[in-house]
Amino acid sequence: MPEPETTAVPLRHTPLHDRHVSLGARMVGFAGYDMPVQYKEGILAEHLWTRTHAGLFDVSHMGQCFLVGRDHETVARALEALIPADIVHLLPGQQRYSQFLNAEGGVMDDIMVTRSADPEEDGTLMVVVNAGCKDADFAHLKAHLPPQIKLIIAEHRALLALQGPEAASVLARHCAGADRMAFMTGVSTLFDTISVHISRSGYSGEDGFEISVKADKVAVVNERLLAHPEVKPIGLGARDSLRLEAGLCLYGHELDPTTSPVEAGIQWSIQKRRREEGGFLGFERIRRELAEGAVRKRVGLLPEGRAPAREGTEITTVDGVNIGTVTSGGFGPTLNGPCAMGYVATPHSALGTKVHLMVRGNAMPATIVAMPFVPHRFHRA
Amino acid sequence: MGETKYTKDHEYIRLEGDVVVVGISDYAQSQLGDVVFVELPKAGKKLAKGDEAAVVESVKAASEVYAPVSGEVWEVNAALEAQPGTINEDPEGTGWFIKLKLSDASELASLMSEADYKTYLASIH
Repeated sequence: MPEPETTAVPLRHTPLHDRHVSLGARMVGFAGYDMPVQYKEGILAEHLWTRTHAGLFDVSHMGQCFLVGRDHETVARALEALIPADIVHLLPGQQRYSQFLNAEGGVMDDIMVTRSADPEEDGTLMVVVNAGCKDADFAHLKAHLPPQIKLIIAEHRALLALQGPEAASVLARHCAGADRMAFMTGVSTLFDTISVHISRSGYSGEDGFEISVKADKVAVVNERLLAHPEVKPIGLGARDSLRLEAGLCLYGHELDPTTSPVEAGIQWSIQKRRREEGGFLGFERIRRELAEGAVRKRVGLLPEGRAPAREGTEITTVDGVNIGTVTSGGFGPTLNGPCAMGYVATPHSALGTKVHLMVRGNAMPATIVAMPFVPHRFHRA
Repeated sequence: MGETKYTKDHEYIRLEGDVVVVGISDYAQSQLGDVVFVELPKAGKKLAKGDEAAVVESVKAASEVYAPVSGEVWEVNAALEAQPGTINEDPEGTGWFIKLKLSDASELASLMSEADYKTYLASIH
């Protein structure tokens, strides 16, 4: 039982840091922030609570920014030069998942883009990026956006995620009509009397919302949500096990600068017009892989036994030939068993393929399966 | 039941005749969080002090459990395989990992008493 590593670099705090500590959270360093990995009840209970009720996550470490231009088409075209999603045809209030790609078609970050629903804000895109990538992302945007597009980094905004089957009924008590929003849409509204931007989206595989609010108001929103008996605070540990069961990529694990969205199996996020027209960094590789297939693919892995296969575990054929590596793996509390994802050479990626996971020198049988491991329950109106 | 002794890595042993019961301390289980899997050695395996004796996995991570003393694995707590959560509920009782037949009783002197372990826990916090 070795002691956890300690870090010498001072960690940043979100506006809710002291509240996490007072709630009994165990704090760990994550992407430069001191974040709650779990509260008193622990990851298992927090995970299961989110799948059955509503979990509240502080994700204020994530980066938020606005891109502002003359009109929607101008700002959308500017962003489209850096991402493979169709942003021009986003409707007001519509949200889309995409990736910043480098010139080689590798993923620099995965992001959420929302077109403002407010006609007065035509020409405004809200972009949410990963905490660990945000400085690089903002530098990338500054370096590539044309001068007529303004980048506003929303340093003084916090971000909460309310996830789970009871999230909509809870949030509707504070934000009228939240329960009637469509999946992957966002709107600027009031939380009681506090200005917020909410989107119906998340990272748990459940219905839910992300709530962007000024840092000096987030404590009030946080307390009012926690006051509902349906809501409990949930740490990053359960956030990770929830997204793993949901088969969602985590940057730095499934996605990195060498990995393309086609390899990652997220080419659904590259709309038809963009596949045909290109016009974004990295298009050459995307075009080639869409036409000819990628050399490796992200797959779901279901071990036969009870032992979890962790990140870095070697994947082999049943004859012991190396075909890939696990990128995320652990125990799925809702699945009540181990699950993992990883990359394998494409000829070995068919569903139902039997493989071995090399755990502590032993070959553990596993099967390549479809993801998610636990069905998504997004709100599709 | 004999005296319980502890290592700096948070394993405990409890002497029962010439066999010692090995597990992880209550502090260790609280640090690990929910245990979801445990890998135990086979009976008959010979372990030197400090060898990896078992692996315990929480939702988040895997941790090694080291042999606090040298000896032969006499018995393993097979019930943990179906009920790994016992390690969280009763770590120093029914949540024991293995029993070792001591090969060198003098190694016991290097372990901490319960009072020393409490002082040690206070010192690392």
